[in-house]
Amino acid sequence: MTRVVGTSRPKVDAHAKVTGQTLFADDLFLPRMLHCKILRATHPHARILSIDASRAMSLPGVKAVITGKDVPIRFGILPVSQDEEALCVEKVRFVGDPVVAVAAVEEEIAEAALDLIDVVYEPLRPVGSIEAALGIEQDGHGHGGHVLDAAAPRRPIHDYGDGVRLAAVAGGDGAGGDGVRLAAVAGGDGADGDGAGSGHPDIHKLIALEFGDVEAGFAEADGVREDVFFYQGSTHLPMEQHAALAQATPDGKLTVWTSSQTPHYVHRALARVLEMPPARIRVFATPNGGGFGGKSDPFSHEIVVAKLALLTGRPVKICLTRQEVFYCHRGRHPVLMWVKTGYRKDGGITGMHFRSWLDGGAYGSYGVASAYYTGALQTVTYHVPRYKFEGVRVFTNKPPCGPKRGHGTPQPRYALEVQLDKIAEELGLDPAEMRLRHLVPANSTTANWLRVGSMGLGECIRKVVEASGWKARFRKLPHGKGIGLACSSYLTGAGLPIYWNAMPHSGVIVKLDRGGGVAVLCGSVDIGQGSDSVLAYVVAEVLGIDPFDIRVHTGDTDLTPIDLGSYSSRVTLMTGKAALQAAERAREIVATSAAKKLEAPVERIVFAEGRVFDAQDPDRGLAFDEAVRLAEAENGTIACTGSYTPPRGAGRYRGAGVGPSPAYSYSAAVAEVEVDTETGIVTVPKVWIAHDVGKAINPLIAIGQVEGSVYMGLGEALMEEMDYRENRNVVHRQPSMLEYKSPTTHEMCDIETFLIEDPDPNGPFGAKECGQGPLLPIPPAVANAVYDAVGVRVDEVPLSPSRVLKALKSGEKRYGPERVPAMAWPEPIRVPTPWEGGNGEALPEGVGWGERGEKEAPLGGGAREAAAVPKRGRRPR
Amino acid sequence: MAEPLLQIDPRREDEKILLTLRVNGEDLPVAFATHETLLEVLREDLRLTGTKHGCELGECGTCTVLMDGRPVLSCLALALEAAGHEVTTVEGLAEGSRLHPLQEAFAELGAAQCGYCTPGILLAAKALLDSEPSPSRERIVAALAGNLCRCTGYLKIYEAVELAAERMRGVAA
Amino acid sequence: MMRLPRFRYLAPASVEEAVRLKADAGPAAMYVAGGTDLYPNMKRRHQTPAVVIALRGLRELKGVTANGGVTIGAGEILNDVAANPRIRAGYPALAHAVESISTPILRNMGTLGGNCLLDTRCTYYNQNYDWRKAIDFCMKRDGTICWVAPASPRCWAVQSSDSAPVLSAIGARVTLRSAKGERTIPAADLYKDDGIDYLTKDPDELLTAIHLPPAGAWRASYRKLRRRDAFDFPVLGVAAWARFNPDGTVADARVVLGGVGSHPIPIEAAAELLRGRRLEPELIREVADACFRPARPLDNTDFTLSWRKEMVRPFVTRTLGDLSARA
Repeated sequence: MTRVVGTSRPKVDAHAKVTGQTLFADDLFLPRMLHCKILRATHPHARILSIDASRAMSLPGVKAVITGKDVPIRFGILPVSQDEEALCVEKVRFVGDPVVAVAAVEEEIAEAALDLIDVVYEPLRPVGSIEAALGIEQDGHGHGGHVLDAAAPRRPIHDYGDGVRLAAVAGGDGAGGDGVRLAAVAGGDGADGDGAGSGHPDIHKLIALEFGDVEAGFAEADGVREDVFFYQGSTHLPMEQHAALAQATPDGKLTVWTSSQTPHYVHRALARVLEMPPARIRVFATPNGGGFGGKSDPFSHEIVVAKLALLTGRPVKICLTRQEVFYCHRGRHPVLMWVKTGYRKDGGITGMHFRSWLDGGAYGSYGVASAYYTGALQTVTYHVPRYKFEGVRVFTNKPPCGPKRGHGTPQPRYALEVQLDKIAEELGLDPAEMRLRHLVPANSTTANWLRVGSMGLGECIRKVVEASGWKARFRKLPHGKGIGLACSSYLTGAGLPIYWNAMPHSGVIVKLDRGGGVAVLCGSVDIGQGSDSVLAYVVAEVLGIDPFDIRVHTGDTDLTPIDLGSYSSRVTLMTGKAALQAAERAREIVATSAAKKLEAPVERIVFAEGRVFDAQDPDRGLAFDEAVRLAEAENGTIACTGSYTPPRGAGRYRGAGVGPSPAYSYSAAVAEVEVDTETGIVTVPKVWIAHDVGKAINPLIAIGQVEGSVYMGLGEALMEEMDYRENRNVVHRQPSMLEYKSPTTHEMCDIETFLIEDPDPNGPFGAKECGQGPLLPIPPAVANAVYDAVGVRVDEVPLSPSRVLKALKSGEKRYGPERVPAMAWPEPIRVPTPWEGGNGEALPEGVGWGERGEKEAPLGGGAREAAAVPKRGRRPR
Repeated sequence: MAEPLLQIDPRREDEKILLTLRVNGEDLPVAFATHETLLEVLREDLRLTGTKHGCELGECGTCTVLMDGRPVLSCLALALEAAGHEVTTVEGLAEGSRLHPLQEAFAELGAAQCGYCTPGILLAAKALLDSEPSPSRERIVAALAGNLCRCTGYLKIYEAVELAAERMRGVAA
Repeated sequence: MMRLPRFRYLAPASVEEAVRLKADAGPAAMYVAGGTDLYPNMKRRHQTPAVVIALRGLRELKGVTANGGVTIGAGEILNDVAANPRIRAGYPALAHAVESISTPILRNMGTLGGNCLLDTRCTYYNQNYDWRKAIDFCMKRDGTICWVAPASPRCWAVQSSDSAPVLSAIGARVTLRSAKGERTIPAADLYKDDGIDYLTKDPDELLTAIHLPPAGAWRASYRKLRRRDAFDFPVLGVAAWARFNPDGTVADARVVLGGVGSHPIPIEAAAELLRGRRLEPELIREVADACFRPARPLDNTDFTLSWRKEMVRPFVTRTLGDLSARA
């Protein structure tokens, strides 16, 4: 029985936060500190012809001005996308790209200096949309008398990526002329039509994977549906603007404090760009005033202040303006999706073919992973016996997209859950019942070789169905009111690190003091999710002490052992496991000494309530600090390490690195909506959500994570949008807190949260993630509820009033994208599924399903008469 | 005819003015330029960094402080206009080492996640409870509508305000 | 940190002194009351006055006094206006409009006079300097083109005050004072249909008081359309006012639209339709149609312009419904 784990209690940093004592990055001041401001591009796509900063340099108070020439080495979070420059060297790629940086004695002076810098640009034609990136010119764009920079020459945004690579393979005219031709892409079955125009130079990543013969899956279906969805981009909008402070000392050392979720990756990027040994660089991640994925990349401003500190010998700080935070972005990719699903009369899926088009913005960021994620987790909720995924991420001249809460998976989840609702409607099945019938079993492997451990989705569905009064209300509420259900799953930490290595993902040091205090050191960062507290709880549980007797030191690359960072919902599981191991090792040392003193076998030694005692005779014991002193006398200083490396994934095909996780969390949500049929305005009074967290280390914090996820999901469902004025130099439409619509107290719904505890053997005490997954079911639950309320399908997020109203007024009772770009997809990597006798490896290139020789019947398959039921799914025009 | 109360010319060498601001019950002499906001002076000159900022344009509520007990946006108030008024920041909420009931309740119920919007919300909530000891949930929602929070979804904040109100009524009774 | 540009700060001790200082300083000076409109605009370099004349200390601009109607000092804080028992009782439409402005915190700073004179807004204009530079600025500041309607010779920034349509509709009057003297005009006459030159008042004139007509013999209502119930400016505001005959027919009426043009748009046709008739659904439909045509939302606020235009009918219908519901 646990004493700390599983109980609700304040976070270890709660008191610092409610008194304003928590020091965020911008709260730091050092003597002689300079302030930095960055001049940013005012063109979406342009070559830099010249930069003249001489007038700025001569402004009193200005201490240094740097340009791309001072920091020319490219960096980026993924080894395959080292495409960012701390300051742009030859060209700028979006309005807001950093170009020149100034350090001055006052921020005001640095800002005034920016006005004195002359940058001459040669505009290039901006690429403002997925279609434009694929060479499909749209009506109303690309021409017209007032479209800035539209007449400028078209050039690829980057000199790398699958588009550029394939063009080179084709032996075409390369990057010259009016675009790059892409002829080498093998014709997939979607290559009907003319293809995607004359060139695809701005394709960043092309993916095609097939797990089992998906056409065979459709052939045995009772019905097949095709739907097209669009999920708009959104951003994290942390309340804290990114800030960083750098200090260089004459001994050749550099220290950077930054509001980063990933100090280790910042450390690597600094070493790379500044060409300094990592040993000379120390990165402190300050507590993040909200992250949500938006502070997971190394950023230009972190490198810039470090460079300026090195040049001036003085500390240099930058705090971004809110507009610059929008420019950092790395938020939700806008994704256009097409999904074709074959299903049986009982709602079981026979095959699924999913395509996604991601608008990546100007840089790679996590984008390759994001693109894979749009196709990765479709298989872990309901059994999908055959599955095909094709995805493309394009570069556009916008702030780069990246990982936002749910990274790449809320978009396909929306498509999947809304389509399932449509299928249930067609079949006349209760959508909750239908889902319950086809759940992926616990401890199984999916078609794309993801290993599912504990699986509490069934219990989640049953819980929200019961609590919401689903059976009495679904399809029975008066017109204008409705309820809808959706489910989801998310990973508990990515199975692979960002850069390939065989070392642990998390490390923890537990150090015991003579006074009975315990220090826990870990490279993780508290971004508000409570990770510092989780470390304290886990160690307190093992050592039987109060969590407030533990001091947690995190996010310091000098002192704390590695942790890859607070992203991909990995911290509770991975640092938790590392902390558990370190604490157990420390406990072992103390227990051994105590056992001798107490003359009891070590197996009987119990740690609880600040004491170390004999389980058979609890009165025979020592105070914890006394036991520590005994052990230290016997063994010397007690500091133990723990580390964690996730289990290896089962897939052995190219692309198998994205999706595997030690454990998957599950969520089910029911949303209640009211739709004003005259205006299209949707309000959400209440959400019921159940989340399979494995085991809640602290239920209070876990519920807080669920509620926060619902909030963010609700914002995405109803109002949050990152979009751009394509015809006005692709400027951001909502670069302010006023224009970017984050729900206020008035828009927030009531929530009833249920934590489902189905402990996972891979998690510490059985714990799985809870900070991201619960966002995912909210947008589709709202959309399905809108259908229940007024009978229209809104296949586009957010469900803004104009879209809902258009759906209400349309003949089809639908609003959403009508078509997807016709394009040639590459030949897929074909991977036999586990039930086809696969081993996780791909078939040799060029080998089709029919050429394999033996072919086995899929699980639950068998001969079915595909023609028996008319296929009612619409093919997108 | 009365002379203008203040006439400050930044082109003069002595561009900074020395004023005494009353912050958290203390008289703090501080020199600053005319155009500095209360937010800037609190954070940068007085180093009261408990007051945070999220936009500096009056669009998020993060920088909320109390002026004579009323919540105001310190990013849109000139520091010199705070002279003669009682300013309360998050640093002034606790009495000595004893936390304000709102602070206790926020810590206890997990109402502060990242903690960045927390100072502003605590002050807006304090102003509410000082004028309405038993606010309904609707009143709390209305009073906190000017403070964005991205972490919590607000629910734990409402619960904490209600718990603090209950405890404060208990103390008052 | 977004910071203010430098300026001279003048804090006059009286209205008389304020207007004299303004006359002396000329166009380089601007009045500031609550600062909630001017200071963000200054931080974005929309306005860069060399001199700021602060009005917040002036007692003459405070107070709510009964005089048959009610006179509200222009410097009265918005929350105090909305909370005033006399205004809540006699002018609930105004109280509601004021309560819907931005947030409860901002309303502790902003003044009624300031809201009346709120700068027109536009998503091409209310942006930081470098953003505006990326679109080569616009004619409201630093540029030559109105990006909302590039062929148009004028600026289409949007009237975004919540109080202005209500004050116009209920027939409030405003007192303007300058070094040259004082005049009182209908609130409706304060506004001009131009995004840049949106006020009829001389820049030197100081808005000192808002006079509400005697309450009781009429009813009014205001409805505001926006994305969120806090922070957001109206993308459509409908103010309706009507006086009724003893037989229940409308004696006189005014409907004013906010947020869909550069000024509060009075719908004369609506008044004509309403006079002498009962506020019944058929009539309300006709009035809603009459309001639909002159509403000119453009692509320079939140939401799509077509949806905002479409919203005129239901919002006018509902606002007029409020009047009849209380009849």
